Amino acid sequence: MSQTRKTISKFNLQMVDSPAIDKVGVEERVARFQTRSIKNESKLQGLKMSLSMIDLTTLEGKDTPGKVKQMCYKAHHLCDTHPGLPTVAAVCVYPSMVAFAKKELKDSGVKVASVSTAFPSGQAPMDVKLLDTRFAVDEGADEIDMVISRGKFLAGEYSFVFDEIASIKEVCGNARLKVILETGELATLDNVRKASDLAIHAGADFIKTSTGKIQPAATMQVTYTMLMAIKDYFDKTGIMIGMKPAGGISTSKLALHNLVMVKEVLGDAWLNNEWFRFGASSLANDVLMQIIKSETGIYQSSDYFSID
Amino acid sequence: MAKKVEKIEVPSWDYAPSLESTSHIELKERYDLYIDGKWVKPTSGKYFATVNPANEQKLAEVAHGNALDVDKAVKAARKAYNEVWSKMPGSERAKYIYRIARLMQERAREFAVIETLDAGKTIRESRDVDVPLACNHFFYYAGWADKLEYAFPNRKIESLGVAGQIIPWNFPLLMAAWKIAPALATGNTVVLKPAETTPLTALKLAEIIDEAGLPPGVVNIVTGYGDTGASIVDHADIDKIAFTGSTGVGKLIQKAVAGTPKKVTLELGGKSANIIFDDAPIDQAVEGIVNGIFFNQGHVCCAGSRLFVQENIAERVVQKLKQRMETLYVGNPLDKNTDIGAINSKEQLATINKYIKIGQKEGAEMYQPVCSIPSKGYYCPPTLFLNVAQSSLIAQEEIFGPVLTIQTFRTVDEVIQKANNTPFGLAAGVWTDKGSRIFNLTTKLRAGVIWANTYNKFDPTSPFGGYKESGFGREGGLHGLSAYLK
Repeated sequence: MSQTRKTISKFNLQMVDSPAIDKVGVEERVARFQTRSIKNESKLQGLKMSLSMIDLTTLEGKDTPGKVKQMCYKAHHLCDTHPGLPTVAAVCVYPSMVAFAKKELKDSGVKVASVSTAFPSGQAPMDVKLLDTRFAVDEGADEIDMVISRGKFLAGEYSFVFDEIASIKEVCGNARLKVILETGELATLDNVRKASDLAIHAGADFIKTSTGKIQPAATMQVTYTMLMAIKDYFDKTGIMIGMKPAGGISTSKLALHNLVMVKEVLGDAWLNNEWFRFGASSLANDVLMQIIKSETGIYQSSDYFSID
Repeated sequence: MAKKVEKIEVPSWDYAPSLESTSHIELKERYDLYIDGKWVKPTSGKYFATVNPANEQKLAEVAHGNALDVDKAVKAARKAYNEVWSKMPGSERAKYIYRIARLMQERAREFAVIETLDAGKTIRESRDVDVPLACNHFFYYAGWADKLEYAFPNRKIESLGVAGQIIPWNFPLLMAAWKIAPALATGNTVVLKPAETTPLTALKLAEIIDEAGLPPGVVNIVTGYGDTGASIVDHADIDKIAFTGSTGVGKLIQKAVAGTPKKVTLELGGKSANIIFDDAPIDQAVEGIVNGIFFNQGHVCCAGSRLFVQENIAERVVQKLKQRMETLYVGNPLDKNTDIGAINSKEQLATINKYIKIGQKEGAEMYQPVCSIPSKGYYCPPTLFLNVAQSSLIAQEEIFGPVLTIQTFRTVDEVIQKANNTPFGLAAGVWTDKGSRIFNLTTKLRAGVIWANTYNKFDPTSPFGGYKESGFGREGGLHGLSAYLK
């Protein structure tokens, strides 16, 4: 059921002829989303939706099959004492961990996403990146989270970045491609918009803010800017692109603010894990805590929520 | 060109109602006049009702002051001026003004809720804009009270005496603050008349002024209708008239004070241009258009009610604007998620609807998003008129509602000419990524306030006021102090 896009046209400069972004205006717009008051039923609905959109993530040098196995169990057993909760959308791991995760998750419905292209820096030759991606796909990854060459982008070599994304897209096959812009290194919202447009034109199924290794990561300003790029592309072509803010979203409140933003910028069609994801490692437990609070009226200590 | 996309059926995620509580506010059933530090009954014995425009329910009864009451208030103000306030050192006056500001801040929530109930404006705006800004005006001018000789070097600092102040219904508390704070800081005493549809926050302010222990007579609040205002304007012992309101009434006031020694400042209507160039940050500009015209239901004298869009991007801007309007929530102003609240009064709704009819008759293309509007109360959906000409009535006259006219332009010179081609000159907005163009336009647009890449931003330190039929005199900043000094 997951849709992947067919590979797209050749690079042209119009693709990066992006509209100007006024940072102050973006900050104001984002502040408006944050004043939305989400209460009662809509809060509970939003929290459950957030859970189902999480890409539970472990991306560390010290990752082992054991660690990944435990996280995968958590992915589809978020809180077994409370029935009726969704599973997370996916787990996100390094290519070397894909096979273990795949085996663990089998028919759970939880997808396996693999980072690739010499994540997180992307500083490797093209064939290494292709090999890295092909390996992950062969191991069974349902989704590929690639990083763009930020150095090339900042040097103005847009066609290089375009070709890079397009060739990775080609080896993805049926795996959906998420393109990580690493917005913390792009520095300006103008750059974020330009990189979003470039990635979308080059064939991204999703655009993603960050690796989680660089600060700032998924600020609402950055996510808003990327959502506007998705919106403009949809208005022009009717093609939907997914969005994944990753890094720094660790509280329910922030997750709900993000959902408000998605709803008001893109509409309800994007409010599901087919089109929107949170890349996060600690968000799930905070959301669980809030869900249980809204059902029982009592906050429980973090000791009541498993850490995997 | 946008491709037609089939509507995808998805379950929608709606915000549950999130009403601000009204349990913490205290409203009396009946309010008298606040004169000489006491609550006094009106000479006429008459009271009028003030209603909540969101549901047409009566909130309270308010005294209808007449010429005799105004005379009492002016006498009290004169006595307070002569005996106490004009002699008090600035540093002492400042203490009182600071105290008012702090008490207002402490009761900010109550003020916000009452403002929303009485005026129909959204709780989001009264909570985040009106009340904090009103407090800031008191804080700002309190700071100047003992530094006036530094504000105006080489000038003899002399207050005027008794100021008669008449304020409108669009920002009831904020306008009271704009008027009272600089008058007190410069050593004047005040007789203030709030608008008849929105007197409650000014009366709550009187309670705070009382609590702050301000000497009796320094601030007097006389509620009533136009005749009460006329009695203030005509009173022989008033030294200064400060008025914010319609251009029509402003003209009457100017006639009435002609040949008298009264000083006057008038802050009147507007039909301000909001100009979008093709290199503008387009999404932020769309947001600015929305804030420019739909802020406070368009009941804003400086509202960006005439939109000028460069022709090569007009189609895209209008598309984006329509999409954005579809996400605006119209409804109960007390709901924290409401973006557009109630129209202030039945009369104002009738005026807005009159102009909407005129617009349709003039052949402009109208757009209103689908929105559910409460069955009771006064509401108007956000409205656009496309293909409007400079000669259309709806592009010339102030509507004072959520109605935007859209015109296109091709060159910089053309848009400057059209933006200035109006009897008004209160505000303008310029949206472009080019700094040099901003400066070019700000020097050529004849408007008192010009915003670049933003709209409807207010600050106590920044002067505000108009050209031509938008009035004269400035409020806010140093200019605002100067208007209360000889």
